[in-house]
Amino acid sequence: MLNPDSVGRTFAGVDVITVTQEEINSFAAVIGEKNTSVAPPTFSIRISLREFESILTKPEIGLNWTRLVHGDQKFELFRPIVAGDSLTTSATIENYKIAAGNEIVTVRSDLFSGAEKVLSSWSTLVVRA
Amino acid sequence: MIEVGATIPSHQFDINRALLKQYADASGDQNPIHQDEAFAKSVGLPDVIAHGMLTMALAGKYISDWAGGPQNVKEFSARFTKPVIVPEGKSVDLTVSATVIEVTGAGVRLEISATSAGVKVLGMAKAFVEQGN
Repeated sequence: MLNPDSVGRTFAGVDVITVTQEEINSFAAVIGEKNTSVAPPTFSIRISLREFESILTKPEIGLNWTRLVHGDQKFELFRPIVAGDSLTTSATIENYKIAAGNEIVTVRSDLFSGAEKVLSSWSTLVVRA
Repeated sequence: MIEVGATIPSHQFDINRALLKQYADASGDQNPIHQDEAFAKSVGLPDVIAHGMLTMALAGKYISDWAGGPQNVKEFSARFTKPVIVPEGKSVDLTVSATVIEVTGAGVRLEISATSAGVKVLGMAKAFVEQGN
């Protein structure tokens, strides 16, 4: 169970994430995108989901990642991600509720290049009862 | 001139187990429910299912193509209402279409439909794109 006291907390990412052309190419290849000068619109999930897992499964937060399904997802893209971007991240636990025994948690991911916000995304994650 | 109510021709993507493995590697999401049939069934799923985010990535490709490139997609959201079920040795469809629901000076808002085997797999799917088209 998620610790309800964690709702509202924001966690700064530990690492600066440098985006490589190779990882953009790999993601684009899956969907048949030939324009690899920018990352596909959903590419950032590669960064955010890993970050969410490391935060939400901390012992003091306590989410059970093994019974997780993805409920919904939203992206706001202020500019495209490109190869060579060095991004800092933060993740915020925005909402938490229990419905029919399922835990439903909404987490926001913000990606920055220096002071510039590049992207915000919201993931609703459901831990099935 | 793009008007509210205009429909965008549908496109069919094909999804198979190999694509799920490719997406798992590209996205870093190695959850076994997307690769291991025995595991998927052990947690109550009917079979291996596609990553919801793969479905969304493919719908994003459809939107990017219409918008004139991935850089023109400014907002994109969807709910994962039903799983895309991917049996061994088979290819299943993901059929995507869209309707223009708003036109502003800044761009166009689309409502997106995505089905697999006739079942709606994305709900409340919308995108806002700048008009590169």
